[in-house]
Amino acid sequence: MSARDDIFANIRRSLGVKGSEKIRHQIVADRLERSPKGVIPQRGQVSGEERIALFKTMVETSLATVTEVASAAEVPQSIALFLRNHNLPATLRMGDDPRLQAMPWSDTTLEIAHGPSEGRDLNAVSHAFGGIAESGTLAMVSGHENPSTLNFLPDNHIIVVSAKDIAGDYESVWNRVRFAYGKGTMPRTVNFITGPSRSGDIEQTLLLGAHGPRRLHVVVVRD
Amino acid sequence: MTVHSTSPQFKQNAARALSDDQLQKALGNVKQGFIDKRRAAADKLPEFEALRDAARDIKNHTLEHLDLYLEAYEEKVKASGGHVHFARNADEARDIILGICREAGAKTVTKGKSMISEEIGINHHLEANGIRPVETDLGEYIIQLRNELPSHIIAPAVHLNATQVEEDFRRVHTHLDAKRDLSEPVQLLTEARAVLRERFLAADVGITGANFLVAETGTSIIVTNEGNGDLTQILPKTHIVLASLEKLVPTLEDVSQLLRVLARSATGQEMSVYTTFSTGPRRGTDADGPENYHVVLIDNGRSSMLGTSFEEMLRCIRCGACMNHCPVYHAVGGHAYGWVYPGPMGAVLTPSLIGVDKAGHLPNASTFCGRCESVCPVRIPLPKLMRHWREREFERHLTPATVRSGLRFWGFFAKRPALYRLATRVAMGTLALAGRQRGRFSWLPMAKGWTKYRDFPAPQGETFQQRWKRERKGAAA
Repeated sequence: MSARDDIFANIRRSLGVKGSEKIRHQIVADRLERSPKGVIPQRGQVSGEERIALFKTMVETSLATVTEVASAAEVPQSIALFLRNHNLPATLRMGDDPRLQAMPWSDTTLEIAHGPSEGRDLNAVSHAFGGIAESGTLAMVSGHENPSTLNFLPDNHIIVVSAKDIAGDYESVWNRVRFAYGKGTMPRTVNFITGPSRSGDIEQTLLLGAHGPRRLHVVVVRD
Repeated sequence: MTVHSTSPQFKQNAARALSDDQLQKALGNVKQGFIDKRRAAADKLPEFEALRDAARDIKNHTLEHLDLYLEAYEEKVKASGGHVHFARNADEARDIILGICREAGAKTVTKGKSMISEEIGINHHLEANGIRPVETDLGEYIIQLRNELPSHIIAPAVHLNATQVEEDFRRVHTHLDAKRDLSEPVQLLTEARAVLRERFLAADVGITGANFLVAETGTSIIVTNEGNGDLTQILPKTHIVLASLEKLVPTLEDVSQLLRVLARSATGQEMSVYTTFSTGPRRGTDADGPENYHVVLIDNGRSSMLGTSFEEMLRCIRCGACMNHCPVYHAVGGHAYGWVYPGPMGAVLTPSLIGVDKAGHLPNASTFCGRCESVCPVRIPLPKLMRHWREREFERHLTPATVRSGLRFWGFFAKRPALYRLATRVAMGTLALAGRQRGRFSWLPMAKGWTKYRDFPAPQGETFQQRWKRERKGAAA
C-alpha cells in the first residue's frame, strides 16, 4: 500500500468512517463553498475617516511609520523627503506596477531601478493590494508588478496604499482576492506585513531589522 | 527513527537544569516577558475569548473531516502546479526530502523555523548525505551552532544569555575581525544578518514548516517576525514545505480566525510581522519566487491519535503559551523534557509520538495548576490529558514501585474518610509542633526529593477539613 493510501486508511479507521459517506462530503463541500465568517472584532468595523485613522494608529503600533498624501502625484516627493530625513541614499527599486509607473518620479532626484531585488538594494517601494485597519497590516500580492523580494531584501521598505483599498478586516481582503483571482484560486504569494522585521531571540530583547527591512514606511494615498 | 530522546532521564535532566546558573538566569526572561504581553493583548480585544472558542471549533471540525479536507487540499496544490508527498514516518519524510534536494542538485539548503523538521531530524540526514542545512531563524541559527535542540517552540534559544551567543559567534565566524565589539545584542543580530544574507542568496533549496494549510486554495502559511522564512522560500529554485497532517484548516476565513489568537497568545503581538500565504510555484510572468513547490505531509503518529482522547492535542497551533505560563517549564527549561516538544504541550504530545514507556516522566512533571489550559488559544485540556497519560502509565505498570506503593498507601486512607481525617489531623499537628520554631523544614523523612531544592513550609496545625468546618460554622452563626 502506498504511504498516501495507508495514511488515509489509518485516518478513516481512527475516525470510524469509510470516506464515502454522502453527508460528510456535503458538509465539507458546503464549508469550502460558503467559507463562513467567524468572529469579526468590532474594532475594525468602522468606515470612512475613522477606518483610515484606525489603520494609521495600528501601523504605528507595529513600529512602522506612516504618512498621508492627497494624490498619487505627490508620492515621489513624499518618498524623497522620507529618505532625505533619514539620511538614506536617493535610490529606489520598484517593480512595474502601473500605479507606480504613472507617478512623476522625474520630479525628484531619485535614482530608480526596476525589477526584483538581488539582495544589495537599500530602498524599495511596492504598491499594496490593500490595507487592514484592524491590525495595521498591509496585504501584498506577488507578480512582476510588485516582486516579493522587494518586501524582504531591502533595508528600507516603503509601501504605497490607496485609502480606498483599506479594509476593516482580513475577511474583506479575501473577498477582494476572490473577486480578482477567482474563488479557490490565489496569487502565488500573498504577504501580510505588520511592521518592520524584528527578533526577540537574544534574551527576549526586541530588536528591529532581523532579516527583513529595518524600516517600514507606509504612504496612504487619498484620491 | 526520530530524534534521539533523553526523556527517560527527565529527573536527572531537571536536577542538572536546576543547578545550571546560566540557564536559571536565562529562564528569568520567560517569566517576565511573555505572560504580561499576552495578558495585555488579550485584554485589548473584547472578542478574544469568543475567538478562542471559534479556533477550537474550527480545529475540531477539520479533524472530524480530515480525510476529505486533505483530499481537497491535495487537489488544489496540484492544480496550482505544486507537488504533494505523503510520509508515514520520519524515515519516509527524510528520504522524500533528500530525493527532492538531490534532484535540485542542492549543496546548501536554507531552513525556516520548523518543529516538524526537528521531529524528523532532517538536518542530520542532509549533512550525512553531503548537503549543508543552514537554519535562518536567529534562535535556530544559534542553537545549530551549538548542536542543540530548541528549548522552546517559538523562542528556540531562550535558554541562552547574550554572552554565550557572543562566544559562539566568535568561535564560528572566524572570517571576521577578532577584535570586533559584540557586547550589545544588536551587534550580534547585525552580524547574524550579514552572515545569513549570503547563505540566503546562495541556497539551492529552501525548507520551511507551515503554521497552517488551507484546503480551499491549496495554500501553505508561515508566520514569522524576522522574515527569514520568506527569504528561505522566495530565493532558492525549490521550496519544500514540511507539515504534519493536523495543520490543515478549511478556508481563508478559518485561518483568519486562528491568526487572531496565534500571535496574541504567543508574543502578545496583534499580528506577527510576516504572515505569508504561498500557493504553488512561480507563475508565468512572475519576476521572482521558487520554480518548484513541494509539500511533504507527515503523519508520524498523528492519524492514530484521531478518535482517542488525545485527538484534542491535534488542535495545537504551536503558540508556546502553555510553556510560557508553566511553573515547571520556568524552573527547568525546555531541554530537560528531553525531546523536541517541551512544556505542557510536549508532556502530552511526546508520549503519543515516542511512547509512554520512554516519556512517562513528562506528564508527571506537572503541578496541575491549570495555567496552561487557561491560556491555550484552542482550549486543549492539557492537565486532563496529562492525567490520562498517568493513568495509562499506571495501568501498564510503568510507574516505579515506590510511587505505586505510595499511591496504594494514600488510597487506603482516602477510601476510609474517618481514618483519613484522623491521620491528617495527627500528621499536621505533629508537623506544626515540630516546625513551630523555624516555620519550615529543611529536611523531612521520605521527602528528600522536595527538601533538597527548597524548604517545606510547616503547617499551622489545622487540617483543611477542620478549617472548612470551622468557617462554615462561623458563617452560619
